[in-house]
Amino acid sequence: MQQDGDNPKVSAEGAGALLFDVAGPVFDPSLQERIWLFADVLKTLPGVREVAPGMNNLIVVFDPLRLDPDSLEAHLLAEWTKTVAAPAAGRLLDIPVVYGNEGSDLSEVAQEKGLTIERLVAMHTAPVYSVAAVGAMPGFVYLSGLDPRLALPRRAVPRMGVPEGSVIIGGAQAGIMPLTAPSGWHILGHTDFHLFDPLREPPAALRAGDRIRFVVKEIRA
Amino acid sequence: MIEILTTGAANCVQDLGRFGYLDAGVSRSGAMDAPALELANRLVGNEPNAAAIEVAIFPFRMRFDRAGLVAVTGADLPVTLGGIRYPSWWALPVSAGDILELGLPRRGARAYLAIAGGLIVPPVLGSASTDLKSRWGGLEGRGLRRGDRLEAGFAPAALGDLPAGFGLDPETIGRGGADIGEEVPIRVLPGAEYDVFDQAAVDALEAAAWQVSEDANRQGYRLSGPQLTLRQKLELHSHGIMPGTVQVPPSGQPIIQLAEANTCGGYPKIAHVIEADLWRLGQAPVGSRLRFARVDRRQAVAALRAQRVLIDRAAPFAALARKDAANPELLAALSRRDTNS
Repeated sequence: MQQDGDNPKVSAEGAGALLFDVAGPVFDPSLQERIWLFADVLKTLPGVREVAPGMNNLIVVFDPLRLDPDSLEAHLLAEWTKTVAAPAAGRLLDIPVVYGNEGSDLSEVAQEKGLTIERLVAMHTAPVYSVAAVGAMPGFVYLSGLDPRLALPRRAVPRMGVPEGSVIIGGAQAGIMPLTAPSGWHILGHTDFHLFDPLREPPAALRAGDRIRFVVKEIRA
Repeated sequence: MIEILTTGAANCVQDLGRFGYLDAGVSRSGAMDAPALELANRLVGNEPNAAAIEVAIFPFRMRFDRAGLVAVTGADLPVTLGGIRYPSWWALPVSAGDILELGLPRRGARAYLAIAGGLIVPPVLGSASTDLKSRWGGLEGRGLRRGDRLEAGFAPAALGDLPAGFGLDPETIGRGGADIGEEVPIRVLPGAEYDVFDQAAVDALEAAAWQVSEDANRQGYRLSGPQLTLRQKLELHSHGIMPGTVQVPPSGQPIIQLAEANTCGGYPKIAHVIEADLWRLGQAPVGSRLRFARVDRRQAVAALRAQRVLIDRAAPFAALARKDAANPELLAALSRRDTNS
């Protein structure tokens, strides 16, 4: 399968939503930079209500009584070829983490990976992560940039309540829980950084294109 | 002011939904049967998006502290006021002290109760709708409890001089059709992974009667029916999903994502319920059976436009019944009629 973004797949999620997908088998960070710019362009179209990037894809929600879906699809395909990837003007934020807090899976993950806890924490704090997309739950960040050696299948049985602020990894991705909710990802630590506040404008602390670093506040093990 | 006397925790304040924060992961929320909420508001002279009560647990009882106008739409159920029984899709003048009761639906699952002036709750992210999953919006982000008191806004509309109220014939707004025990017809568009499902799955999508399982709420409905399988294993990246998206997790039993669904997902999508039929899902109780029929984009848009026409036609009629002479909608409608004749 090609992964140069030359074969976008567009599908209708109802009369008034189009999913625009350029994803190949492996997540491509440079395609994602193009997706962010594309989203910004599409938000200015009359009749478009929402544009939300996913992972190497985005969804456009519009009023189908104003904007014909077939015409919009043609417009998306034409506009995409004109969108050139460029590094996002996102912010860089440090997220302080207490690793190995009570209820975390830090020692289990270290054991599973054959690493010392210090080494595991060092590998998790080393990269600058990119906020690829915000979604699923309010303020949840899909972070790209996890060291591939830390990739880990999700837990066989998801936890029903992973606490707000949990710093988690699952598959090849890293994340932070914005609220207490079920998740099958592994918990490495906890942060007090608030990802979401519905009474704040904008409500989400991070947006697609921002970058973050995890910094060690404490290791409890 | 109104006071809630009998309720269940699934009954909550809703409007037409929360828009503009999809890229922050915020679910749309809003009424599961949006046309019914909009028409309840229209009957009492409110803006279409005014805050009203979505009732999914019955019986529901409330008391009015002052005179006003109330409308109940959605499910077909007995509405009792002052010992007299009224049908659904009806607007009624109420007096201080009156108790309104909504009984068990004969058909449908959710009723909408609008009060002239609209309910006053602090908007969260631009909407009055309750997000039960995230615990914000509506009344303190939760379902209604006995003893809750809600304030209604100033009602500019005239209340009419019809002591028995007035109503809409559900047939005229596209609510005729299936009776209890019959299947609910649901039109769908093929999903992005439709072609990756095997022939048996694609056939079963339209051939089977899909039962709404016990696992059904404002987030989504899990359906029971034949197991749907893929021709090949698929690994999808997370992508946006909409209310109406029919996902198939590894169990092979489809889930229809609804008002409070997560905004992103990664399961293969076999279909999407068209917007014009989302209300039918909102009115499909646990145990009812859905029958899917595939349509194309053009038909999906046409169905939505037809629904819009029916709703817009009902509004000036309600204004006329209220004798709402100052209502600009009524004046516009009447002048159109003059021009046409």
